[in-house]
Amino acid sequence: MSNPLTWKSWSPFLVGAAIGVLSWFAFATADKPLGITTAFENTAALIQKAVVPGVEQSNEFFAAKAEKGQSPKIDWEWMLVLGVFIGAFLSSLLSKDRTRENVPPLWRWRFGDSTAKRFAAAFLGGALMMFGARVAQGCTSGHGISGALQLAVSSWTFVLVMFAVAVATAFLLYGREGARHV
Amino acid sequence: MFDSPAKLALGLLTGILFGFLLQKGRAAKFHVIVGQFLLRDWTVVKIMATAVIVGAVGVYALAATGLASLHVKPALWGGVLLGALCFGAGIALFGYCPGTSVAACGEGRRDAMVGVFGMLIGASAYVALYPFLQPVIKRLGDAGKITLPDITQTSSWLWIGGLVIVGSAALWLLDRFEAQPSERGLAVSRYS
Repeated sequence: MSNPLTWKSWSPFLVGAAIGVLSWFAFATADKPLGITTAFENTAALIQKAVVPGVEQSNEFFAAKAEKGQSPKIDWEWMLVLGVFIGAFLSSLLSKDRTRENVPPLWRWRFGDSTAKRFAAAFLGGALMMFGARVAQGCTSGHGISGALQLAVSSWTFVLVMFAVAVATAFLLYGREGARHV
Repeated sequence: MFDSPAKLALGLLTGILFGFLLQKGRAAKFHVIVGQFLLRDWTVVKIMATAVIVGAVGVYALAATGLASLHVKPALWGGVLLGALCFGAGIALFGYCPGTSVAACGEGRRDAMVGVFGMLIGASAYVALYPFLQPVIKRLGDAGKITLPDITQTSSWLWIGGLVIVGSAALWLLDRFEAQPSERGLAVSRYS
């Protein structure tokens, strides 16, 4: 029996249950739901505050956040994001499940092996996804897990619409043939 | 500018556990996320649904005993719908969600690193455009911080009981009847 920490994968049900318990921990110890994208918004806001003079007066974003007592700062959520990076790094190191892959095989099958093309798509996709997450006030973690488990109407709506749009986009990009190359 | 050191340490610990679990769940992989949206690999749905079922029981129990409070996000319809549209298209193109892209960076994936930089640009665009986005976000009204038990005027525990029973049964059926990866490989070699 080898050490489970060195296994490349665990059952998705075990992982899901553990994330569920982790959400109890986050609510109980920090009074926070698990969420990723607020930290990106705060980082973006801190950068704009540093480089754009007078932006705190000219953009009502800052006043609106201050009013809610949520002025951008390096906080619990920011450290959560840093922790996700470290945790995944440790896990992949222990299981030797590391990669330096630029172009995933499924992408290469459909769009060729150009690194520039894949990076451009990743950049645009990442930007669009994060923009959407902030407009909706949550992501797959904030709405998909934390919001859904609180039975929030906003979160269940977000998850169902997002999933339908993502399925439609994936089939537009890869076609029915793509599913055979997963 | 900074939370207290204790709170920062708590966030870091929670994050390390979260990232470790996402990597072990294979959710930090492009083909697993895209495979979900091509309805071929159900790993992501299994992880998320299990997390929601287990999480709901504990978080509502904590809230009922006063050990935690709920943080429900408002149903700002314009924002939720426009956001879900952008998010759905973006996640399918990128091939990672916000949390799993950070985990994928930890695993060494270069395309995820580029995408995380794109995410910072996307967040910057949201902050810069905030004043112009407000009318769109509020366009279809704000139903407030409502939950499914609120709008149906039923007990939360009725919903959680239903979620546990229906959710577990659906997951069991999914796991039982989903084609196994080895069979998938066979299907490809047989038909292509």
